[in-house]
Amino acid sequence: MFERRARSHESRPWLSAAVLVMLVSAFPAWAALGGDVASVQADQLHMQGSLRTTTTASYTVHEIKSATGIVVREYVSSSSGKVFGVAWQGPWPPDMRQLLGNYFEQYVQAAKAQNAARPGRRPLMIEQAGLVVEVGGHPRGFTGRSYVPEMLPAGVQAEEIR
Amino acid sequence: MKSPRIYLVSVFAIFLACAFLVGCGGGSSSTPPNTITSSGNNVAAISVDGGPVGNYADAAFTSVTVCVPGTSTCQTISGILVDTGSSGLRILASALSIALPQQNASDGNPVVECFPFVSGYTWGPVQTADVEMAGEKASSTPIQVLSSNFTVPSGCTSQGTSSNSDLDANGIVGVGLFTQDCGDYCTVVQTGGNPNLYYECSSSTVCQPVAESLAQQVPNPVSLFSTDNNGVIIELPKVSTGGEPSVGGSLVFGIGTQSNNALSGATIYTADDFGNFTTTYSGTAYPDSFIDSGSNGYYFLDQSLTGITECGGDELGFYCPAGTVNISATNQGQNGSSGTISVSIENADTLFNSNDSAYSDLGGVSGTSAPYYFDLGLPFFFGRNLYTGLQSATYANGYWAY
Repeated sequence: MFERRARSHESRPWLSAAVLVMLVSAFPAWAALGGDVASVQADQLHMQGSLRTTTTASYTVHEIKSATGIVVREYVSSSSGKVFGVAWQGPWPPDMRQLLGNYFEQYVQAAKAQNAARPGRRPLMIEQAGLVVEVGGHPRGFTGRSYVPEMLPAGVQAEEIR
Repeated sequence: MKSPRIYLVSVFAIFLACAFLVGCGGGSSSTPPNTITSSGNNVAAISVDGGPVGNYADAAFTSVTVCVPGTSTCQTISGILVDTGSSGLRILASALSIALPQQNASDGNPVVECFPFVSGYTWGPVQTADVEMAGEKASSTPIQVLSSNFTVPSGCTSQGTSSNSDLDANGIVGVGLFTQDCGDYCTVVQTGGNPNLYYECSSSTVCQPVAESLAQQVPNPVSLFSTDNNGVIIELPKVSTGGEPSVGGSLVFGIGTQSNNALSGATIYTADDFGNFTTTYSGTAYPDSFIDSGSNGYYFLDQSLTGITECGGDELGFYCPAGTVNISATNQGQNGSSGTISVSIENADTLFNSNDSAYSDLGGVSGTSAPYYFDLGLPFFFGRNLYTGLQSATYANGYWAY
C-alpha cells in the first residue's frame, strides 16, 4: 500500500499539469455518464488513477484504476464522443454522483423506490427507459454498471458495458 | 423469543417426518436433516419471521444487548438482522433508549460513519458499547448508531441513497468474514473518487473524512468475544417448498471451540481479498460469487444465462418461472476445495402471495452483464449448518464451511 502511495506522489507534477489543463479548458465538473471524453479525464484526475484505453469499432473504453483497487470503466462512443456507459468494481463503490453526473438524482430516486417496494437486501436493478443501473456484491466487494439505452452506438450490445 | 424446547420439538418432528416419508422435499432426499444446537452459552436464537416490519422475506433476526461499557445500564434490542455479508453492529438510534459514549477523533471531534451497502449507505455516529449476545460479551466495542444528528456530507450522499430510513430492521449485526468493517482502506484518508467511510464532525453540519485505525473501526463483534471468537454458525431447518410462515434456528458462536460447534466434517471454502469465491454453472466459472445471509434470496446471473423467466412489474429482478426450476452449480474456494450445490427457484410472485416469511426457493437476477456472479443468500442456509470463519493467520480472508 505504501509503495502505491509513493508512486502516486511521483506523478504529482503530471497531476498539476492536468489540473491546469482542466482549469484552462473549463471542462464541466464531474459529469461522466452522458458527458464527453473530457469528463473521463476529469474522472481520472479525480480518482488519481492510472488510465488504460482500448478501442473497438464503435467505442473506446477508458479504464481508470485507483491504487485502492477500485476500477472504473467508461465507454465513449466514437461517433458522438459521449460516455454512454460506465462500469465499476472494487472494495467500495466509486463516487456515484461524479460517475453518473446528471443521472445521479434519477438513480437515487429509483433506488429509493426499489427499497420501498419490498423489504429486502438484494442487488439493485434499475431498468428505466432512460437509465439502467445495476449494483451488486457486498461490503468490501462491490460491482456495478450503468448506461443510457438511447445512447448506445448502433450495433453495440448492453452486455458489452461491464 | 422461542424456547429451546420448541427447537428440539421441531427438529424431532422433522426427524419423524423423514423417518416415515420418502425424502424431505427438495433435491436432497437422502440427506438427513441438520441438527440444530439449541443449548449453550454460545447459542443465540434467530428467527426468520418477517422482522419488525412483518413482511421482510428471507431474513434472519436476533436480539442484541448493548450496555454502557463497564456498567449494568443495558438494553436488549430485538429485530437485529444477522448479516454474514458485512462486519459490525449497526443500530437505529430510534431503537436505542440508553445513551452510549461517543467515539472521538484525536482532535476531540465525534467520529461519524458512512457505511456503503448495496441497497444504500448507513449514516451515524460511532459509539462504544459492551455488546452481549447469548452468554458472550464484546467489551467496549465500537458500533454505528444510525441517526441524522449530523448532516450527511456530500462525500457520503455521493454513495447513493440512505438506508437509515428503510432498513426494515432495528439494526444489522455483521458477523462476516472480516475482523473490521473496513480494514486497511480506512486507515488513511482517501482522496478523489475513492469514498471515505469515516468522518469527524466539528459541528452538526460540518463533517470531513478522518483516518480510522483498525482498533477504532467498527468490528465484527464476535472478534472481540473473550472466547468463541473465530466465527459463527448459522443453523436453520429445511423450509418446505412454497414457504413457511416462520422458522427458528440458532446463531452459534465459535468454530471448534466447544462441543456444540465442531466443524464435523464440513468442507472449508476460503474467500479471496474481496470476500468472494467461485461458483461454476453450466461450464462457466463466476469468481465474484459469495455466501451472504443478509441477501434475501438466491441472486444469480440473469434470464439469458439461466433460461429462468424474470418477473415483470413490481417484482422486477426476481425470477418468475412457470414451475419449479432446479439448477446445479459447483462452489470452489480459493483453497481448491469444491462441491456441488442444488438451487431450486419458484415463481416469486406466487411465493409473495402466500405472505410467508421463509422461502427456500426465492431468487432473482444478480446483474445482466459481466461480472456475473452467484449471491447465495439466506435460502442457501435453510437445512444446513453454515459456518462463517473469521479471517485469521491461517485463513487470511476467512472462509465458509458447510
